[in-house]
Amino acid sequence: MRIGVFICHCGKNIAGVLDIKRLVEEAAKLKDVAYATDYVYLCSEPGQKEIQQKIKELELTHVVIAACSPKMHATTFARAVEEVGLNPYLLEIANIREQCSWVHHDAPEEATEKALEIIRAAVAKVSLAKPLAPITVPLTRKVLVIGGGIAGIQAALDIANGGFEVYLVERSPSLGGHMAQLSETFPTLDCSSCILTPRMVEVARHPNIHLFTYAEVKNVEGIVGQYKVTIEQKPRYVDPDKCTGCGDCAEACPVIVPNEFDQGLGARKAVYVPFPQAVPLVYTIDLEHCLNTKRLIVCEQCYHACGPKAINYLMEPKEIEIEVGAIVLATGYDLLPLEALKEYGGGIYPDVLSGLEFERLLSASGPTGGIVRRPSDGKIPKRVVFIQCAGSRDPEHGCPYCSKICCMYTAKHALLYKHAVPDGEAYVFYIDVRAAGKRYEEFVQRVMEEERIVYLRGKVSKVFQRKDKLVVWGVDTLSGMAVEIEADMVVLATAIVPSKNTADLAKLLKAPIDEFGFLNEVHPKLRPVESSAMGIYLAGAAQAPKDIPDTVSQASAAASKVLGLFSQEELSLEPIKAEVNLENCDGCAYCVDVCPFDAITLVVEEDGHKHVEVKKALCQGCGCCMATCPKEGINVAGFTLNQLKAQIHALLKEDEDD
Amino acid sequence: MEIAYFPGCTLKTTAKKLEDSALAVADALDINLKELPNWTCCGTVYSLAEDDLMRQVAPIRTLARTEALGYSTLTTLCSVCYNTLAQANLFVKADSIRLEKINNFMDEEPDYKGNVEVKHFLTILQELGTEKLKSAVKKDLSGLKVACYYGCLLLRPQSVGIDDCEQPYILENIMQALGTKPVFFPYQVECCGSYHTAVKPEIVARRVYRILENARENGANLVVTSCPLCYFNLKNRQKEIKKLYPGFKPMPIFYFTEIMTDAFGLTKTLENI
Repeated sequence: MRIGVFICHCGKNIAGVLDIKRLVEEAAKLKDVAYATDYVYLCSEPGQKEIQQKIKELELTHVVIAACSPKMHATTFARAVEEVGLNPYLLEIANIREQCSWVHHDAPEEATEKALEIIRAAVAKVSLAKPLAPITVPLTRKVLVIGGGIAGIQAALDIANGGFEVYLVERSPSLGGHMAQLSETFPTLDCSSCILTPRMVEVARHPNIHLFTYAEVKNVEGIVGQYKVTIEQKPRYVDPDKCTGCGDCAEACPVIVPNEFDQGLGARKAVYVPFPQAVPLVYTIDLEHCLNTKRLIVCEQCYHACGPKAINYLMEPKEIEIEVGAIVLATGYDLLPLEALKEYGGGIYPDVLSGLEFERLLSASGPTGGIVRRPSDGKIPKRVVFIQCAGSRDPEHGCPYCSKICCMYTAKHALLYKHAVPDGEAYVFYIDVRAAGKRYEEFVQRVMEEERIVYLRGKVSKVFQRKDKLVVWGVDTLSGMAVEIEADMVVLATAIVPSKNTADLAKLLKAPIDEFGFLNEVHPKLRPVESSAMGIYLAGAAQAPKDIPDTVSQASAAASKVLGLFSQEELSLEPIKAEVNLENCDGCAYCVDVCPFDAITLVVEEDGHKHVEVKKALCQGCGCCMATCPKEGINVAGFTLNQLKAQIHALLKEDEDD
Repeated sequence: MEIAYFPGCTLKTTAKKLEDSALAVADALDINLKELPNWTCCGTVYSLAEDDLMRQVAPIRTLARTEALGYSTLTTLCSVCYNTLAQANLFVKADSIRLEKINNFMDEEPDYKGNVEVKHFLTILQELGTEKLKSAVKKDLSGLKVACYYGCLLLRPQSVGIDDCEQPYILENIMQALGTKPVFFPYQVECCGSYHTAVKPEIVARRVYRILENARENGANLVVTSCPLCYFNLKNRQKEIKKLYPGFKPMPIFYFTEIMTDAFGLTKTLENI
């Protein structure tokens, strides 16, 4: 065995703290180390060349690179050693930057000692390493996209246009998501449905897209390349193949309920389409409000009104099983409920609205036909107060983050309100105006200056009713004055939160979420559209609050990641997987219970002999099995118990025999 | 169960009415309050200095004595005492090193181990349940329209707040149980002006004017509170209000416990209004 140790200066990052000369001298003395050297930037082209040359020249069998975190450059160095014929699993990275020089810059001597221990441990571990080869698993080149908002629509279209089959699942009866609810979009004031509807139609017509609306993902099993997914198609009680979308049923229906699409400000029937441009244009009977129940049919008005006889009260939920190789999560957002903002009268006064509610009042197809009216008495509000950061940037409400889109849509709301009610007054309370985006700042400036909207920098402490007015107490921190405004309407830019069920879905897919329930990306900068659960990709506001351009970009990015994955026929996986040592395993099966990926099963041979078996494709190499096994019967390749023991002994400066 | 009772300075002087009525209420409801012997100042204002532990000695001394006497619950009537004691309690419970330092400093006292819970008297009434209150009512007070005023220290910070800081309901619940009609009162948690009353009484007068006018607008014929400082400001600054706003009509102010003793038939305080 001939181990080579290469120590990186990383400019001053490492060499500015650690005594490199001493590290090289000491490393060279370690058992089995044939060569030790240092270099200013090992990750640079000449640095890599140096490593390759020494491997060839000195016939090194194993390599330790003492440098930055393996998260940073393990792949770089693995490729470098592989190019000269060394198996990349015979390479070990000793992290002496993040875990040593960066954190101990004030104690260089001790830090050098620590770096030496880290190197010693890496040498001990690599000396027991075995060459490993990647394993290949089958890849089903189809994708599941969950969520039919603009994120899901964009991802589905991009992947379908790339030539692969897409299953798009949307919970509500129509595609479109929140974008369909918007009146106009900032900063261009494009009509939202005008730009969205063609996309929705394209999805429905695309030969590569299987669209499931009014459906939910019930179960997901398997791993990247081979997920088995169960979709539940909820019963619409209207046959989608026969329904022509004429609306005769809704006209006949005697039941009127608040329309969710209009945020409850408008009404719909118990048989309905959420909005006229819905895709698919198929009516749905909402059994919760329909006079009929599963057991008893008392009203057949819609049945009789329906020309093509599409109504079927006996429809049952259906389960559909599909197989896909990757999943795009585009489950979108909800708004923090108004009820959470009691200090602003949220949920108490009808004229305190959320941004989405106001959006419906502005919309030409909304409940008031685009005329801004107060929900309480139908009057046109002459003074409207907009409150930004209603819940956002506020740890007390559990949302310390910025919801990102509110500054822009509030400016848009104020502008559209002034256009709708030219003699009206609009006030905006803000903490900061965050208008980072192409033409965003210009838009806000235009709203402030040309539309004569009063921007007040400060928070509102309270909103309460006095007669038919809403009294808003706030502060203008620029003049230092307390402000009291008697308004006709208050619009809250409520915080964006992940849509409900995102957490359940994430759990099902083992995709991590953050403390607020947003889906977590692998790396915030370098891998922003991938979940650390392999094969799961993220798009849209389910990952973090974002506006339409960002959502569409991210959806396209997720689609390109999926297309990249699908560019191969089979999937190559890292060989860091659990392996059973049949000599030691007696089938006690402790490991079966602890495996978070259900990758281990118990096998009973014909002769009664028991042992466990690992499904390599499912195993993620987490090592829970290895830690649980009392007999060293199971080991994760590349991280065997012997390797870890050697590493720990080296850190403790003990010989393993002691 | 016996509950330790910490009066604090105000309850023995300007807020004697609160103490007398509260103790009578406790008696009527079989709440066994035992006044702490040798109690000292609560600390008055909770110190926000993280590192100046000296400021925590007063409240922790009280808690240490409470614990040493075998009580697990300490109740107060004054919002300031409640806030200071409850916050100091959380402060030391969160960090054993701080607690150890304070204990070492107070070597003449028994060590405080962190086993006392500080509860405002309102919380104790809430835990007793409204049914129990209803059953003790002897007098019909259904004609009474009450504005319940909280002030700040019962509700903030949220870590020691006895109710929702924006929309508290604990006083309203009790008033309702007594048969009175609590009114809608958006100014219920607005600041009364607090200690400005000592040097700038006109600030307090202006604030209290708005609070009382809001109660009146919403149909209240009296305002109840639980905080001695709020009570003082709401009641005693009405003279200054009259000077600033000559049209101002006086508004009766009571401790919530005074309404309770009337409802229980123990006193006839309300007959004079």
